[in-house]
Amino acid sequence: MAVYSDITELVGNTPMVDISKLSPNPRVRILAKLEGQNPGGSVKDRAAKWMVEEAEKNGTLRPGQTILESSSGNTGIALAMIAKLRGYPFKVVLPDNVSVERRQALEVWGAEIIPSDAAGGSNGAMRKAQRLAADHPEWWFPYQYGNPANPKAHYESTGPEIWRDCPEITHFVAGLGTAGTLMGVGRFLKERNAAVQIWAVEPPAGEMVDGLKSLDEGFVPPVFIDNDGYELLDRKRVVSPRESVEWTRRLTEVGIFAGISSGAIMAAAAKCAAEIDEGVIVTVVCDGGWKYLSTGVWTGDLDEVVERAKRVIYF
Amino acid sequence: MSVEVRLPTILRAHAGGSATVQADGETLGQVFDDLVARFPGLAGQLVTDEGSLHKFVNVYVNDDDVRYLDKLETKIGPGDSITILPAVAGG
Repeated sequence: MAVYSDITELVGNTPMVDISKLSPNPRVRILAKLEGQNPGGSVKDRAAKWMVEEAEKNGTLRPGQTILESSSGNTGIALAMIAKLRGYPFKVVLPDNVSVERRQALEVWGAEIIPSDAAGGSNGAMRKAQRLAADHPEWWFPYQYGNPANPKAHYESTGPEIWRDCPEITHFVAGLGTAGTLMGVGRFLKERNAAVQIWAVEPPAGEMVDGLKSLDEGFVPPVFIDNDGYELLDRKRVVSPRESVEWTRRLTEVGIFAGISSGAIMAAAAKCAAEIDEGVIVTVVCDGGWKYLSTGVWTGDLDEVVERAKRVIYF
Repeated sequence: MSVEVRLPTILRAHAGGSATVQADGETLGQVFDDLVARFPGLAGQLVTDEGSLHKFVNVYVNDDDVRYLDKLETKIGPGDSITILPAVAGG
């Protein structure tokens, strides 16, 4: 085992584990890439590291400069960890309706939390961050939804790792938030084998975030548009909070303690497995379950847990 | 043939406050035409003047986003359910 000089060297190279025991089709294997093994605890370590290092290289992020970002949690936590390590003050615009542990994790790394209204969800937090960034040009605003370094992280790390570990992949199933994972991995895999199917999974967030005043407050990330997301994806499915919670629980049968978004992705992977004749599905377990213990996902009454899940942002 | 359409909070005011409404059609486009005929306030909210889906609307037939099926030409059959949601980011 090598000795690493810096914790950020441990970002990526996450393990994949066969969880075909959960596959409803004996001719379809399912492999899960465990992104919770990243040092900051989620897949977002990759985007955060790439965005910071790209900005350090091109001079848009200077020593000691304040970083501002909006996040529903994981990107914020990843940036907060790297910011503390490298001496950047960090501010994060965080919607009020995230789990208490996401807030606590940000506090661990000394992030300054700027609250935004729960009713506006991630869209509202992003718009608040955009206004603050415009008022404070002296801060660095990575803007994960539009930063090319976000999908690049997955094109240069997650995608090649999956191809190295599982060249027999037929389907990649992942969550759609900023579109970074799907665009980066999707593009890499399609370049290697155009037959690989790319499936996106999302929660019914537009139903749960009910503070939008008009459809014009909706949002499609530039990362998605800039990478021809409408062409790159083969399928996009919405997964209900109930299925997400049920599959978050089922993941424990294969020893995986994961966050609720991973349950949603697993639910979609299981449907994919049921629909196809044969194949190898690679899914992403975005983070561990630690940040969701307070929601009672694993042990609470299912109906009550589902109602609670509808009130927190878990993507 | 009548199918159930789930409306997001922001569109319910145009449909008498209902979360779900019934509409007829054999394709998604026909269902939307029928919806607009019943609830004129929905005109322009779902489909643009150019005849494509509104940029910030996601429409799912049985949980599948129609942009990756046949868009407004997606066939609608008995027992299908249609869900309309505004596009929202995560991360």
